[in-house]
Amino acid sequence: MHDVSAPAVHHGPPQSFISKYVFSLDHKVIGKQYYALALVAVFTGMVLSWLMRLHLGYPDLKIPGLHLLSKIGAPGDVMTPEYYLQLMTMHGTIMVFFVLTTAPFAAFGNFFLPIQVGAEDMPFPRFNMMSFWVTFVAFLVLIAAFFVGDGPPLSGWTAYAPLSAVGAVAGPGQGLGQILWAASIGIFCIGQLLGSLNFITTTLDMRTKGMSLMRLPLSAWAWFITSCMGLTAFAVLMPACILLILDHVAGTSFFIPSGLVINDQLQPHSGGSTLLWQHLFWFFGHPEVYIAIVPGMGIVSHVLITNMRRPLLSYKVMIASMTSIAFLSYMVYGHHMFVSGMNPTSSLVFSFPTLVITIPATIITLIWIGSLYGSRLRINAASLFALGFISMFVAGGVSGFFLAQPSIDIMLHATYFVVGHFHLVMAVAAIFGIFAGTYFWFPKMTGRMMNETLGKIHFWFSFVGAYCIFMPFHYLGIMGNVRRYAQFVDDYMQPVLGVHKFITIAALTTGAAQLIFLYNLIYSRFWGAKAPDNPWEGTSLEWSTTSPPPWDNFGGKHLVVHHDPYQYGMKSSTGDYIMQTSPEPSPTGE
Amino acid sequence: MAKLFAVTIILIAIASAVPIVRGTWTQPVDISTHGHSIDEQFHETMWEAGLAFLAAQIVLGLFIWTSAGRGPDAQIKRFPGGATGLVLAAVFLVGTEVIALGIFGVNAWAQVYFAPPGPDAMPIQVQAGQFAFYFRYPGPDGKFGPIHPDKIDEANLNFFGLDYDEPATKDDIVTAEMAIPVNREIHLLMHSKDLGHSFYVRELRVQQDFVPGLDVSLHFTATKVGRYEIVCTQLCGLGHYNMKTYLEVMSQQDFDGWLKKEAAMQ
Amino acid sequence: MATTVHEPPQIKSPRRSTADSGGGGWRNLVPAGGNLRAVRDDSSPASRTGIWVAIAAITMTFLAFTSALVVRQGASNDWRHMQLPGIIYFNTLALLASSFTLEAGRRGFRAMQGDLSRRAATLRALYATLGLGLVFVAGQYMAWLQLKAEGLYLATNPSSSFFYVFTAVHGLHVLGGLAGLVYVIRKLNRNHLHGSTLKTASHYWHFMDVLWLYLLLVLWMKL
Repeated sequence: MHDVSAPAVHHGPPQSFISKYVFSLDHKVIGKQYYALALVAVFTGMVLSWLMRLHLGYPDLKIPGLHLLSKIGAPGDVMTPEYYLQLMTMHGTIMVFFVLTTAPFAAFGNFFLPIQVGAEDMPFPRFNMMSFWVTFVAFLVLIAAFFVGDGPPLSGWTAYAPLSAVGAVAGPGQGLGQILWAASIGIFCIGQLLGSLNFITTTLDMRTKGMSLMRLPLSAWAWFITSCMGLTAFAVLMPACILLILDHVAGTSFFIPSGLVINDQLQPHSGGSTLLWQHLFWFFGHPEVYIAIVPGMGIVSHVLITNMRRPLLSYKVMIASMTSIAFLSYMVYGHHMFVSGMNPTSSLVFSFPTLVITIPATIITLIWIGSLYGSRLRINAASLFALGFISMFVAGGVSGFFLAQPSIDIMLHATYFVVGHFHLVMAVAAIFGIFAGTYFWFPKMTGRMMNETLGKIHFWFSFVGAYCIFMPFHYLGIMGNVRRYAQFVDDYMQPVLGVHKFITIAALTTGAAQLIFLYNLIYSRFWGAKAPDNPWEGTSLEWSTTSPPPWDNFGGKHLVVHHDPYQYGMKSSTGDYIMQTSPEPSPTGE
Repeated sequence: MAKLFAVTIILIAIASAVPIVRGTWTQPVDISTHGHSIDEQFHETMWEAGLAFLAAQIVLGLFIWTSAGRGPDAQIKRFPGGATGLVLAAVFLVGTEVIALGIFGVNAWAQVYFAPPGPDAMPIQVQAGQFAFYFRYPGPDGKFGPIHPDKIDEANLNFFGLDYDEPATKDDIVTAEMAIPVNREIHLLMHSKDLGHSFYVRELRVQQDFVPGLDVSLHFTATKVGRYEIVCTQLCGLGHYNMKTYLEVMSQQDFDGWLKKEAAMQ
Repeated sequence: MATTVHEPPQIKSPRRSTADSGGGGWRNLVPAGGNLRAVRDDSSPASRTGIWVAIAAITMTFLAFTSALVVRQGASNDWRHMQLPGIIYFNTLALLASSFTLEAGRRGFRAMQGDLSRRAATLRALYATLGLGLVFVAGQYMAWLQLKAEGLYLATNPSSSFFYVFTAVHGLHVLGGLAGLVYVIRKLNRNHLHGSTLKTASHYWHFMDVLWLYLLLVLWMKL
């Protein structure tokens, strides 16, 4: 017997229904599965946000059928304050984990990273498949919290101790609900680690001939950088969840100090540190929000370049900037804890990298805007969302100038200013990145075109609607509107209750418009116009194969790459672009 | 559609700025001695953030307007200075500005956290618990009696877990609202009975989390008589939205009278 | 006439052959022939990168646990130092020995290329590794029994909490490594073992060893 090195891709074309569509080893199917999961999650999360907004705008409103979701949470269909918090917790958790980490990264990344590097698949297809199914199980475990005992936890997606650690005595949902939450997130971490493993090895080891690292599309770089962040961030959240569960079920006191009296009962725990949870959580939590946005930056760059018909002003600067953001993201997490009671010197120390991270973010934004100048911009649904991303990223980013400073944070911490900031960058910008990617890559993924008109209508409602919803959050925050309140009973809040009603209407309208997207997605999937191989005249490797690609991505062809991914703007045999695989020499020699 | 989009971006940007410029929704008037440096930081930052916001959105709109619809024969133009110019702009215009903000902000932060309370600061203890704040004044002996969590008995109004037989505790005064004399430095000693909470008074420009298991403190001086709301800003359970009380800033005379009345009710 | 974004083409020195293919290694997988499938050298870069990625993630997890220990110890004065059960030192020796037997197995495997009769010795070494690994896990369990006998349970004291957590999480990962060894042995028995598989499994196993030494140090210093 002699040593035979293993082919990196073990599987042949799948035969059965199960191996084709359920337990598939094909990264493309896995990507679509993640997308479907994210779609279910985002609509769930959005409905939760509608329920939240309805209650905030109209606290005594009877929401028909709500008692079916929870008899104790909504007796007579009127939401209790605790149920508001429970819905809020699930909204945040579902959105951050199951939408913003899955769609831009796991869904599009799984589908397109191997193709963009020129590989047949990822090197560990079984781990990849496990990654999806583990994530799916995590989702089920989380959703289960809606249906147990006194419901899901109410401690927010941040689950601060001791509220999250002491158990049911602290409030409804804090027993089994919180345990399910922690278990779900712990399981989720494992799924993402398996995914990161594949993304990193694909980028480093599976590139086809001629595909050097400096010829990777920016979307591929973004996925690679994100997977490196995921590796370190999720590996820290998981132990935190384990310790939290132990505090619940094993009587340990990692996060629970002594002498706590809850509901007149002296708690049996002692010696733990509540700040420890915050440190562990935010060490994960801050990189997590960059995990949510960096893929969007890559997608937006990629979509924008194709639609501007010219490369960005500097490819290398974009990579360096995204990398610095990833690197800095570990040094800033304390800005979530400025007034937490941690050492005030630490607060100052954390504020400086937080301010510095503005620089690469600004560079990226300026390069996008600067590259628009003198381009041949094409307007379609994909490019509209990409441009919308830029606008939203600017809007959400500048509020960071305030929050990065501890002294100002004294006034703005835990107000709607923070909520406005993170919704603009995450709920809007990152989601716009997902939309841009969808409209752009749908033809490649399904072989059909989406309806452009519906896409544009979807865009307009979403763009204007999102500003209507989230801009007012900043004003509310400035005047001191505290967040995570089920109702606004404070004297100083009474004059602005009308603003909340306005926001609720805007949210419901914008949310309803998302149904246009859903309809477009489903209709086009089955009845959309057939898509050509390269509908956008793109240069990267995904456009060198059929729409959709065959099971091994390139039909047995072994691609050789001759160019960088952004050869646009010149006169060539194909028009104004040269594909990466084209042997035609480029006027620039790149 | 590109031109419509460009105009929309610019209009939205300007519309967003209007409430800020007009001051439609602002922070309440500052009644503290340290708050003016926080407010100055805020206004400086608003200028920079506001200008950056408007400039970026307007230029974005402008470039969309001018670049859309340019045909395949239109010459691709390079932004003057290319990436280098933009990197320099990011570093030197934006970067140095925000870092300067950070450096100047150290002073505002230091006033709150690095300067110790003066020797004459009046100590007041505040306990946060689901879902109320309670305050304790040390009484004439100037000392707080020890706290025994196992003695907490809300039904009998023993919120702090005090043993009134202990000498230092006998003259302690427990109240549900906080009153302080104007222009007198207060040293607020904070602890939590159960979970994380936070103490926020907008007018006083203070916000500080309670950390279960730790004693945290704040000091401040109020400069204006009046009644102000104290609200909890750290999610603490179902009653979080309703966890609030009032800060009453009074003349020294009124305060002495108030304290006497409260002491009589113990 | 072509219009471009870039400066006019300049004569540049020949670009370093990052774009060229080689016979494997970090940057490229495909030889000059451009055949994706033909080249699978012994080191299979993907599995090598992959195992280091996994090691990085596991390291981060244990660093998080370590920082939790350090913070918890400083948070309160309720930490009671505990005596580490003596058996863990014996377990450590077993684990260290297993790394040596694993290396013997790898040497045997390489020798098998030229001399098939080395197969039996190779298998023996791998079985020995598996056995010693099982001894380690069993020994850790006995350490737990020893602690229980002394009245030290998971929640008794933060020090014992961390002992159990560290040993449990490490033990779980060792069980994973044992499963990997079983897989390797089965493949070898069927003459299907790839060099990269054995290499990956041994990197992981040695890492379990090194990780345990680190944890032992932390436990010894802190507990």
